[in-house]
Amino acid sequence: MLEIKNLHVNLEEEDKQILKGVDLTVEAGKVHAIMGPNGSGKSTLSYVLSGKDGYEVVEGSATLDGEDILDMEPEERAAAGIFLAFQYPVEIPGVGNMTFLRTAVNAQRKARGEEEMSATDFLKEIRAKAKELKIDAEMLKRPVNVGFSGGEKKRNEILQMAMLEPKMCILDETDSGLDVDAMKLVADGVNALRDAGRGFLVITHYQRLLDHIKPDVVHIMADGRIIKTGGPELALEVENNGYADILAEVA
Amino acid sequence: MALPQLKQDATDARLAALEMPAGGWPEAARKDALERVKSMGLPSGRDEYWKYTRPDTLVQPDAPKAALLETDEPLVFDKVDRLKIVFVDGVFDPEASDDLAMEHVSIDRLADAPDIHWAKDLYGVLETRGQTPVQRPLATLNTAFATDGVLIHVTGKAPKPISLIYRHDSEASDAILHHVIKVDGGAELTLLENGPAAARFNKCMEVEIANGGIFHHVRAQGRDHERRAATAIFTRLGEESVFKSFTLTANGVLTRNECVIELTGDNAVAHVAGACVGDGDFHHDDTVFITHDALNCESRQVFKKVLRNGATGVFQGKILVKEGAQKTDGYQISQSLLLDEDSQFLAKPELEIYADDVACSHGSTSGAIDEEGLFYLRSRGIEEGPATDLLTIAFLAEAVMEIEDEALQEEINGRVESWLTRRRG
Repeated sequence: MLEIKNLHVNLEEEDKQILKGVDLTVEAGKVHAIMGPNGSGKSTLSYVLSGKDGYEVVEGSATLDGEDILDMEPEERAAAGIFLAFQYPVEIPGVGNMTFLRTAVNAQRKARGEEEMSATDFLKEIRAKAKELKIDAEMLKRPVNVGFSGGEKKRNEILQMAMLEPKMCILDETDSGLDVDAMKLVADGVNALRDAGRGFLVITHYQRLLDHIKPDVVHIMADGRIIKTGGPELALEVENNGYADILAEVA
Repeated sequence: MALPQLKQDATDARLAALEMPAGGWPEAARKDALERVKSMGLPSGRDEYWKYTRPDTLVQPDAPKAALLETDEPLVFDKVDRLKIVFVDGVFDPEASDDLAMEHVSIDRLADAPDIHWAKDLYGVLETRGQTPVQRPLATLNTAFATDGVLIHVTGKAPKPISLIYRHDSEASDAILHHVIKVDGGAELTLLENGPAAARFNKCMEVEIANGGIFHHVRAQGRDHERRAATAIFTRLGEESVFKSFTLTANGVLTRNECVIELTGDNAVAHVAGACVGDGDFHHDDTVFITHDALNCESRQVFKKVLRNGATGVFQGKILVKEGAQKTDGYQISQSLLLDEDSQFLAKPELEIYADDVACSHGSTSGAIDEEGLFYLRSRGIEEGPATDLLTIAFLAEAVMEIEDEALQEEINGRVESWLTRRRG
């Protein structure tokens, strides 16, 4: 599904190399986790895949179902099926959460040549999905992420994911700032979306989240490369011994 | 004191081009206004109060031409149940207007009002009060030469809004209208205004609100790109009365909206808000002066401007808290969203406070579209154009939310949305 080959990326403004040849393939139906120390390039990878400004792809490719995504605008990538759950969801004062989601759902449908969702269907669906994530009507009415707690913001990301039904979900440190209960709620939301047709890339510092969202494959990223790939046991190894051993082993 | 020669000449030239309507009860006020204009002189670019907005086209003897806008778009407020009063190039249109009768309200026209009239005690009176400490000669000119206007006396809760519709039908029309509104104790009125009015429009509105009276005002100015307007509202508020005014301005080569508010009764509330969207040859000026002269009054000024392609926005807002006006709560915010580097926003917020137990806050900002927010919206599949529009509407929201009636809020938002959509082509 998602295929990244030899991806080299620089920061546009500083001419600084961040990703130094990332190779990664996420198959449909699988959950891949990326762990790694601070500054290893994990978040950059998520931004480059979703199309944020400020990054320059120097070499390599990224495709979704064989289609090159790096030349697409962010909205085209979204319509193609990429979804990034932000580490720091953005507050948008003045735009109601509901209006935002409905605009997004219908924009994607329109881009894919599908029929727009009626107001009633949308309402029915969002209510049901919000309920599972314990998002109340009040939160749906409020401006996007404004005045939301850390946990509410992350749940709101998962709600968006559930409504947009992307093919490829990228979760950037979705566990940061969450207490155990909130993490469980978010993980349940993600698990509910696990599906044979959908791939997940879960970026995290800690193994904790992976107790709840069980990965099929775990990658360790350091200094802009994936240095080690293994099964779920790799995450436990990191939890117990830190990154030092793995870094030493590869060096 | 003699006026500077240039100002004298410009004033003489303008006055020579005008004819004062004769007779009737307003005559004394008109003559008094003429003397006041002569001694003040009309505004020039050298006046401090016109530093950011060139008044020459508002003062010159003939109105500069303004092409009529061809559009099929329905007019704003079309869906609102209201009593319509239509002026075409400043001339009352009885055919297009509704019957000027409504429960709890008496409506007359300045041009044919009976000889003895309640408005006699107000016409030009609030305008005159509003000349201190800053002169507003265009409003005084209006008092002297207004050809028509409406005189509305509200004695109870009006069953529906009164809607003044200003149509522009002639390329070089020059309209001067003067309205007087008297809201009695406990009475309530919503006044709507829309339309370009004329190639050049000078409008003055005096609003007296007695103790416990409520006055809502929602206005949409715009449409014709080349039209010019200088408008002034003068209002005086009694105890526990409420004045809330909102203006949307889209298009128009030049607009100066002045609002002069006097809080004279305790616990009165005055809100004045404006949202404007300007593209290219567009100059929009909000000039507000609020005087707190009673206990425990609240005033709010919320002005938002979206500017692009070299458009200019101006805000001059002052809060004056007089000695003894304790427990005043004054708030003022003026913000611009500059969609490119060619546009500019000029702001002059002023506070002058002579009481020691007051809360007054003010702020003014200029900024570009929030890139983080834009990326967030786009990453959810919303294209750049519509995403920018969403953020633009969000930026204006604080001002639009000042309109209490949700249906009217929607009318205004709909207007902004269609303007934005049109601009994207």
